[in-house]
Amino acid sequence: MTTLALVDGNAFYCSCERVFDPRLKAVPVIVLSNNDGCAIARTSEAKALGIKMGDPWFKIRDRCQAQGVRVFSSNYALYGSMSTRMNAIYRSFVPDVEIYSIDESFLDLTGFSRRNLPELARDLRSTVLRWTGVPTCVGIGPTKTLAKLANHLAKANPALGGVCDLSDEDERAHWLGWTKLEEVWGIGPASQAKLRALGCDTVADVRDMDPRPVRKAMTVVGERIIYELRGISCIGLETVAPTRKGCAVTRMFAARVEDLATLEQAIASHAARLGEKLRREALGTDHVTVFFHTSEHDRSPQRSVSTVVTLPEATNDTLALVKAATWGVRRVWKDGHRYSKAGVITVDLVPLAASQRALIGGFDRERGAALMTALDTCNRRWGRGAVVPATAGFAPKRTWSTKFEMRSPRYLTRVDELPVVSAA
Amino acid sequence: MQAIGIVVDSRHPVPLLHEPVSAGFPSPADDFVEEEIDLTRLLITNRPATFLVRVAGDSVVEAQLHDGDLAVVDRSLTPRHGDLVVVDVDGERSFKVWLLEGRRVRLAFANRRYPAFEHDPAAVIEVWGVVSGSINPRRRASR
Repeated sequence: MTTLALVDGNAFYCSCERVFDPRLKAVPVIVLSNNDGCAIARTSEAKALGIKMGDPWFKIRDRCQAQGVRVFSSNYALYGSMSTRMNAIYRSFVPDVEIYSIDESFLDLTGFSRRNLPELARDLRSTVLRWTGVPTCVGIGPTKTLAKLANHLAKANPALGGVCDLSDEDERAHWLGWTKLEEVWGIGPASQAKLRALGCDTVADVRDMDPRPVRKAMTVVGERIIYELRGISCIGLETVAPTRKGCAVTRMFAARVEDLATLEQAIASHAARLGEKLRREALGTDHVTVFFHTSEHDRSPQRSVSTVVTLPEATNDTLALVKAATWGVRRVWKDGHRYSKAGVITVDLVPLAASQRALIGGFDRERGAALMTALDTCNRRWGRGAVVPATAGFAPKRTWSTKFEMRSPRYLTRVDELPVVSAA
Repeated sequence: MQAIGIVVDSRHPVPLLHEPVSAGFPSPADDFVEEEIDLTRLLITNRPATFLVRVAGDSVVEAQLHDGDLAVVDRSLTPRHGDLVVVDVDGERSFKVWLLEGRRVRLAFANRRYPAFEHDPAAVIEVWGVVSGSINPRRRASR
């Protein structure tokens, strides 16, 4: 029988901040999204103050100040690094780990004896806490959907001590009968409405549904959920990430952009980043979609535009992508609008080495590759964005760059931002 | 993600033959070639649990840790008598020497110019990690 576990960090971004600042312990802490937009992580103390997931920063700012809530901008460099450490620990316990998101991983516990599972889970939790400082919860079950549900139950019920095991059928029946269907992974608002209309209320009701009408209403995905809730595994563990089919770099601006030069600069920067991402996986693209639009929250004239620029052959060369993307911007530019977001998108990626070459007008791949290797090496050595095409602009001078005004130091990735401990 | 200088690559130096074989006469060193010393392995035993921390102050100079040094701190180690630790005393984080006196733990400075370290007996003491090494680059690396 398959046994899977879902391990995730508790209030992960906040917990990462707490590792490096002892004064954050037991106080309300929140972390904001890109451009300090809204609250995307909250400690239990912050939740208790009524701060909800997704609350816009401008709405809760005064309340946070009045109630002593510590606020941070997202520090992705830090969170990514902490996530890598946690996954290394999971891998030392268990050979098969699927990194589902920055703070959640599925572990395959099939080889372990049932008797030892609770101890294994407790051992894993305490090791992760001891070694990295991040508290986690572990949910165990015969399928991914049940493991995720178990994880939710472990979080919602402190009495379980951070571990919930739904492998046992009787225990599973008990919990599924008590839990509302909203908590099931894969059942979003639309599906919730459909299931409630069909008379379901708890997870047990969903489990007991006849799969055929569910398949009609919610496609095979919905049907799989029912089988998974019954303990029949339909979703396997993906230990090897599937090849990327598309890649995008899109950003909301920190301040509205009204002139062509600035927008070109932003798009050039995004295209350069796109090139980096494609080269990392040896993929190429023969087209770039460029888009930019105004904000529906503004009262100024609205405009949303996108254009596809095709290239003579597949490429991941930054200079070729930047040239194509900026050409696309100029082609559809119109003055008189205050743009709030721009990006570059590619789909139908191909492995560069195997892609078809153009008969005429193709790129000089050898020369390009040498230059790109030099570019990537410099950026690895001196930090992201150390060397960029001139059109992308000098980073500190960019007016549109994502705002991270309250970001903590990048403790794990910058020598000049190391945590400082007193010896005084 | 590249960490700072302590882990530049996760490459392991692969021992090469001492000389290209096509030279005709194999090098006598071939059978004895060894891997070069890896600084990372020297300083870090347990990567997920190891953190680099900068020292600010001189309270532990007699434990060979000076202001501005980089301390290698391992959170997976259990403190032993005489260890240098990073410890939170009622939420205040600092370096201290960990001394076992019978079954009781005493925290101390390592600088004779400081008076004995005292704290509220009811204070909550939590070990953040044990100092397992230190680094003191003298010519400033650019990153």
